[in-house]
Amino acid sequence: MFNKIYDWVDERLDITPIWRDIADHEVPEHVNPAHHFSAFVYCFGGLTFFVTVIQILSGMFLTMYYVPDIKNAWESVYYLQNHVAFGQIVRGMHHWGASLVIVMMFLHTLRVFFQGAYKKPRELNWIVGVLIFFVMLALGLTGYLLPWDMKALFATKVTMQIIESTPLIGDYLKILIAGDSSIVGAQTITRFFAIHVFFLPAALFALMAAHFIMIRKQGISGPL
Amino acid sequence: MSKNRVSRRQFLNYTLTGVGGFMAAGMLMPMVRFAVDPVLQAKGESDFIPTKQKIDEITTEPTRVDYTFEQVDAWYTSEESGTAWVYKDDKGEIVALSPVCKHLGCVVNWDSDKSNPDHFYCPCHGGLYKKDGMNVPGTPPIAPLDVFSFKEVDGFLYLGKAEPR
Repeated sequence: MFNKIYDWVDERLDITPIWRDIADHEVPEHVNPAHHFSAFVYCFGGLTFFVTVIQILSGMFLTMYYVPDIKNAWESVYYLQNHVAFGQIVRGMHHWGASLVIVMMFLHTLRVFFQGAYKKPRELNWIVGVLIFFVMLALGLTGYLLPWDMKALFATKVTMQIIESTPLIGDYLKILIAGDSSIVGAQTITRFFAIHVFFLPAALFALMAAHFIMIRKQGISGPL
Repeated sequence: MSKNRVSRRQFLNYTLTGVGGFMAAGMLMPMVRFAVDPVLQAKGESDFIPTKQKIDEITTEPTRVDYTFEQVDAWYTSEESGTAWVYKDDKGEIVALSPVCKHLGCVVNWDSDKSNPDHFYCPCHGGLYKKDGMNVPGTPPIAPLDVFSFKEVDGFLYLGKAEPR
């Protein structure tokens, strides 16, 4: 059944080379845990991607109930967690995944650093990786405000104080991000929501695409 | 050993697809169930809503009865209001009609059009209904006005859900 559909499409569009090019490549011996168990360290990049996929999926589903508004944000989160089937699971996936993605990314960074895999010709990929790290941190920061509970509010107030301490442009930067010079409120939550679900994911997708294209182009770094 | 030997590649394909499918399902099942939850939520039996209309004060002339009720919309609870046209018919039976026009949903009034006295009249497109709620042929509405179920509690009128006839 599936094979027939595949053949029908392939006969017309010749899709086999497309996915072969993406998915079908040899794993070198030094990267294969079946040969050297210590090669499990090469999994962390893939695990970061896997957790990111879970974050994107669970986040998409959460927005079906979540309202980015000071009056309804907390109420809608309470509702989706306590009155919708599997709400606790889906929100839990997003909550724990947010921390897990940072952990996995950190381990991936350590591996690349201590193996010296960032060295020529892979410097550009290291730079893109660091940018992804910043985007992930920003996603964590903006997402933290969205449940609109006391922890979220005061964490964001601290964030604003940190931003304000930037030399020269601190005050403007704070207004730009919070939407107001003194209030963390209605304008802040809508801004953070927009940044969290549109701007940062867009940046993340572009950077991840660059990251993966580069690793395919250059191949994985050689054995130590 | 059966005749169709499973090759190493086939075996790995099947097991990996199976394990992968199981993991993907474990991930997606909670999210899909989460998304379809409104469809599967149990419909609560609609309660009868109290009005300030006393049963023995209902006459044969349709009177406007306004009522308010608490509407729970997920995390948003609000006070909503509604209207019914209530009268006693020739047999002395109480009739409570929905004021929502069956043409495009405007609100009809009793006896408000001078050229058509003793009719329910819709100001939007001139829809007309007779006193029993039947639509007058040749005017826009295509169905009679909905009828409320009702009951009497301590001499007061309680309204249920408006159902189409």
